[in-house]
Amino acid sequence: MSEVYRLTCIVCPLSCSIEVEIEAGKIKDIKGYTCPRGKEWAIEEIRAPKRVVMSVIPVEGGKLPTVSVKTEKPIPKDKIPELMKMLAKLKLKAPVKVGQVVGEFEGVKIIATREA
Amino acid sequence: MLESYDVVVIGGGPAGMGAAIKAKELGLKVLLLDDNDFLGGILPQCIHPGFGLHYFKEELTGPEFAYRLINKLDGVEVKTSARVIEIQNYSDLEKFVTYVSPEGVKKVATKTIIYAAGARERHAFEIGIVGDRVAGIYTAGEAQALMDLYGILPGRDIVIVGSGDVGLIMARRFALEGCNVKAVIELMPYPGGLARNLMILKDFNIPLYLSHKVVEVRGRKRVEKVKVVKVDENLREIPGSEFWIEADTLIISAGLIPNVKLLQEIGVRIDPATGGPVVNDRLETSVPGIFVAGNSLLINDLVDYVVEQGETAAEGAKEFIENGGIKSTRWIKLVKGENVRLVAPHYLSGERDVWIYARVQRPIEDVTLEFPEIGKKLRLPVVKPSEMLRIKLRGEEIRKAKEKITMQVVKNE
Repeated sequence: MSEVYRLTCIVCPLSCSIEVEIEAGKIKDIKGYTCPRGKEWAIEEIRAPKRVVMSVIPVEGGKLPTVSVKTEKPIPKDKIPELMKMLAKLKLKAPVKVGQVVGEFEGVKIIATREA
Repeated sequence: MLESYDVVVIGGGPAGMGAAIKAKELGLKVLLLDDNDFLGGILPQCIHPGFGLHYFKEELTGPEFAYRLINKLDGVEVKTSARVIEIQNYSDLEKFVTYVSPEGVKKVATKTIIYAAGARERHAFEIGIVGDRVAGIYTAGEAQALMDLYGILPGRDIVIVGSGDVGLIMARRFALEGCNVKAVIELMPYPGGLARNLMILKDFNIPLYLSHKVVEVRGRKRVEKVKVVKVDENLREIPGSEFWIEADTLIISAGLIPNVKLLQEIGVRIDPATGGPVVNDRLETSVPGIFVAGNSLLINDLVDYVVEQGETAAEGAKEFIENGGIKSTRWIKLVKGENVRLVAPHYLSGERDVWIYARVQRPIEDVTLEFPEIGKKLRLPVVKPSEMLRIKLRGEEIRKAKEKITMQVVKNE
């Protein structure tokens, strides 16, 4: 019995429709991707989906009361709630620079994307 | 004596900054005005990744994209907290811009204006929602600003009206922050946003109701429940299909409308299809020397295109100043054919290559995009109203046409 997963690639805004056919836990066929990154993403999306996660963290003494942050690279989807709980505990003090590392979650850096 | 400039750019979002940076590079004296107290337009509150793949060749968040542009503004005179209240077109090379800022009311003279004031969001009353006027009703952009600039959660149990990109991205933000996103309600039979953003609903198991609309809000002090009804193919409500969803917050994400009020006051011609001005291939409006870019021109999907339009407008301003106008021996009209809902620019000179931005009326698979008068054809796997088409027409291609070029999207046999 094979199973077909229909995915919309989120690597770039082209949004290719990719079909992945799985048989006995193995990838039998992949169709619809237009670049190697898309193919790689589709395989990962079936095996271990990952996402870049963003949020805001309170900051004291900045122009705005928050700075925005993102994970430096995608993290496993099932870890997202845990990451959000960790981020909820963070507090920063101005000045904060764009690109500054403000925390770490299981080896993945948390990076400020706005100035404060 | 009034201070005078080559170009005054109105709006400090990506279109305005793109225009100001380019104009400065071209050696023009630029003043950039923005009514907010920080630059970037809506970008600083768009904290999700997905920006800049075309323009910076890497994936950035909104604030990062804004920051990169802000860093390129050296040499541009910038005023924030400066709201433009009037544009006067005295003559082709003499225009006045009046703005209010903490310094008071000020008037400056300029040869050209690039108008990049963005868009506004449609609100609950515009889409026919009736009922109690209670707390807990926000546009998506308002909710985004509350959460992602000011760190305030607008509510807990959320219903979102509209499945465009903004609505979907807010659904993700709410879900990430632990809210219960009960439903996304979409009037049309197909989703409004980019396909990649629909993955968000899958990620968080958020139900999407296509061909449905929110018609009523009930609550005492705050939203308590919203009434949803199914619609038929003519978007008419189907009697007896109503149901209520309990929620404390209703988010309206029902599309954007170009913000063109100041332009209308001086008689700039508006295209009812785009909601923005009618423009030529330098993005010049029907008033000579006034250019437009970004979401004031037409609603864009990608910030990259918005910056590109700003740059085109800046090149136009330079040409206008050097030649005393954007001159062409003839203007070829770009007209909408089969399944094209909107297209800009509207007039092409054939003297330069032009990016054409367009949207289709309805989604179709396996189509050809054609310009019959010049024999140009492009085969596309799928077209959707939510995904803007952007095509380059080369000057020599345009020159093949006599008076008009039709753009049409036809299903392949």
